[in-house]
Amino acid sequence: MVSTEAPARVQRGPLPRDLHPGAWWGWALALAAAASATTNPVVLLLVIAVAWLVVVSRRSEAPWARAFRFFLWFGLVIVVLRVAYRIVFGGGSTPDDVVLLSLPEIPLPDIVRGVRLFGDVTLSSVLAGLYDGLRLAAVIICIGAANALANPQRLLTSIPPALYEVGTALVVALAVFPQLAESVQRVRRARRLRGEPSAGVGALRRVVVPVLEDALERSMTLAAGMDARGYGRSGGVPRRDRAVTGVLMLAGLFGLCVGTYAFLDQTAPRLLAWPMLAVGVLLAALGFHRAGRRVHRTRHRPDPWRSAEWLTVGCGLAAAVLMQFVAPAAAFPSLTGAPKVSLLAIAAVLVAAVPAFATPEPRPMR
Amino acid sequence: MIDLRHVTFAYDGESSATLHHVDLHIPEGELALVAGRTGSGKSTLLGMLNGLVPHFTGGVLRGDVRIAGESIVGRPPRELAHLVGYVGQDPAAGFVTHTVEEELAYGMEQLGLPPSTMRRRVEETLDLLGMADLRERALRTLSGGQQQRVAIGSVLTMHPRVLVLDEPTSALDPTAAEDVLATIARLVDDLALTVVLAEHRMERVIPFADQLVIVEDGTVRSGPPADLLADSPVAPPLIELGRLAGWDPLPLSVREARRHVRTEPFVLTAPPRRAEPAGASLLEAEGITVAYGATRAVDDVDIALRAGEVLVVMGRNGSGKSSLLWAIQGTGSRRSGRVRVGVDGVDPAEVTADEARMLVGLVPQTAADLLYLETVTDECAAADAQAGAPTGTCRELLNRLAPGIDSTHHPRDLSEGQRLALVLAIVLTARPRVIALDEPTRGLDYRAKAELADVLRGLAEDGHGIILSTHDVEFAATVADTVAVMADGEVVSRGPVERVLAESPAFAPQVSKVLGPQWLTVGQVERTLL
Repeated sequence: MVSTEAPARVQRGPLPRDLHPGAWWGWALALAAAASATTNPVVLLLVIAVAWLVVVSRRSEAPWARAFRFFLWFGLVIVVLRVAYRIVFGGGSTPDDVVLLSLPEIPLPDIVRGVRLFGDVTLSSVLAGLYDGLRLAAVIICIGAANALANPQRLLTSIPPALYEVGTALVVALAVFPQLAESVQRVRRARRLRGEPSAGVGALRRVVVPVLEDALERSMTLAAGMDARGYGRSGGVPRRDRAVTGVLMLAGLFGLCVGTYAFLDQTAPRLLAWPMLAVGVLLAALGFHRAGRRVHRTRHRPDPWRSAEWLTVGCGLAAAVLMQFVAPAAAFPSLTGAPKVSLLAIAAVLVAAVPAFATPEPRPMR
Repeated sequence: MIDLRHVTFAYDGESSATLHHVDLHIPEGELALVAGRTGSGKSTLLGMLNGLVPHFTGGVLRGDVRIAGESIVGRPPRELAHLVGYVGQDPAAGFVTHTVEEELAYGMEQLGLPPSTMRRRVEETLDLLGMADLRERALRTLSGGQQQRVAIGSVLTMHPRVLVLDEPTSALDPTAAEDVLATIARLVDDLALTVVLAEHRMERVIPFADQLVIVEDGTVRSGPPADLLADSPVAPPLIELGRLAGWDPLPLSVREARRHVRTEPFVLTAPPRRAEPAGASLLEAEGITVAYGATRAVDDVDIALRAGEVLVVMGRNGSGKSSLLWAIQGTGSRRSGRVRVGVDGVDPAEVTADEARMLVGLVPQTAADLLYLETVTDECAAADAQAGAPTGTCRELLNRLAPGIDSTHHPRDLSEGQRLALVLAIVLTARPRVIALDEPTRGLDYRAKAELADVLRGLAEDGHGIILSTHDVEFAATVADTVAVMADGEVVSRGPVERVLAESPAFAPQVSKVLGPQWLTVGQVERTLL
């Protein structure tokens, strides 16, 4: 059969690519902000579901992407702990509370009056623990989602040039932790080959000394290697330029300090408040810009920021902003009845799910 | 390209200079091999070429160091990055980023090259090193040889005029080492790069070298390899064979040596066969399997060891040698299998750590992990106490293994060979009959290796059973009775040393390549000549 349609020579639609890490972090932080603005369990569960949905549909096959389940478990642990805490330390029960479980109260000495151990477990106290724990869990799961979606190291390398050196230091520091863990494991294993020194300080020293020596040696090697590869090249910036940048930064910081003080202290002259704050920000920004220009460095294949990134961050922000308009009764439901759900809250969270479909797929690992 | 004029260098707080009155000239596009005993100042000499010495190490440098006509004295390494590429001993320790491509671009980002140039150079370098398929791999997941090639690539992208390499193959298995050296040789040929390279296992590099630089007692001699090797303090087996036979000029490659053998026939009676180990069975391991997650590091391996036997385990990096040794010792994890040690057939994994140490002693790859005290005396005393041995046992063992170690020294200040001897003495204090050593030859020069071989043979004659892993073919030829070759967790070949080593093209020692499979070491030839 002959097809009547012309063959599609120009294929449309976004090609798979990795989104800018900043976009995912912006989205996730905004979603976390939305979650922190409510204790409604239905909305919070929806937030977790949305985070999960976006993660499973847009995460790559990289190792950090697999860490998301740890955050889910962590969230569960938080909820369980919160509820358990409410049960153990009970709450002052009011007459109209529904008592779920009557535990014998353990009498405590007078010094810790105000603390109750066990006793009646009421519905409202358990619900309060549950809602509160759920909120914290949702926030943490949002951070976990950002972690799974975006390479945290790549995020650090996309910071402005003036902070380049700080960024590299952070990247290197992040790499140290797995190495340190490896080192500790190796030394602990080696300890069995020599017999354990008497427990206590000796045993601690037995592990700490070789691990620290190892870490120190590694950092010296790394520092030498980085230096040999041009880290911290001055790039021939005249001394006067550096001095000007320094003065701008210091003046900017001074302005910011004075402005903030005046802003908070209502008795200070108003001229020192907003105007000073603005001048401080301006000077600091100028200094920052100059410092960035002074750094003669380039980026190899920087992540682009295109419409998909704007969309992702926009969806997150929309969720956070819309959540502010949810009626308090729906946002913070009472602990005595079934929580009321507002359509606005549901809509707000669902907006944050849009990046799961509207962004390009991640690039497959080669 | 490189000129050192009357250079004298002393580290801070040391009375005698590490290097004095060094005059050295290395022309453009040549490969210079820097050789010398451990601690002779090789690394100091290399560090001077890019300013790491004295900027990073401290110390006083007098004289002039010129690279491409410019004096670099007083300039820090970062300002020389575009001129001199420096690759240190442990490539993994010098990585700044996380993936191959980012690592290749890092140096160029520091130089501030335009993105289009960076992109092009990354691609060129990936092709030059044959690593295009690895571009997105995480650096930590690469094999040792691949890591070393990435490290070389990451300085090549800056287009330096000089490449300085400090022991680029010391941690690599024979095949990976060949790979890295072939890459380096190609860089000299294709890019006219000037390469300065320090290496303990000279045998692989000498055929490529244009110039040999020998560092000895703070002085430096340089010249054509064949001339200098006649009386060099360090020499590979091939040269020692040539010296023994009185060949002139000395053969620099196996091919040249074979030509000598053809033209001036070497009258030799067949070497006495090494007696097969006939001692009592000390260790029997059956069906050892070690798994990490879904990967089988060791897959159903049987090992038998007799008293007086030295068993050498060889194989690629990551073939399961270390896992096997740790599993036999009982400390490493084991999925299945049984180990029986001694007449009672006790499994070290089923007894306490203290008892396991008395059955099988293990010297791990990073031997320094076992050390944690400030002086040699303290370490020895602690070892005696931990093993319940009479005071002085460990020190006595140490004196036998490596005489003349100052007992007030910090263990970190000892040379590699001395530190290994100290750890071995500590392990021996618990009186194990079986001794396992994981890569003991790392960082040892020829003489230190010969000393270690004597120590191990001595221990074997005392009735110990020794199992060790190594990449060093020549060392294995000297010390082994039996060799087992591992690949992918399995033992693929096992038997008497003459058969296994000579059988394999990658593992044949130089002497058997020249004289035939029945010969393994220069020592054997020497004994027959006498």
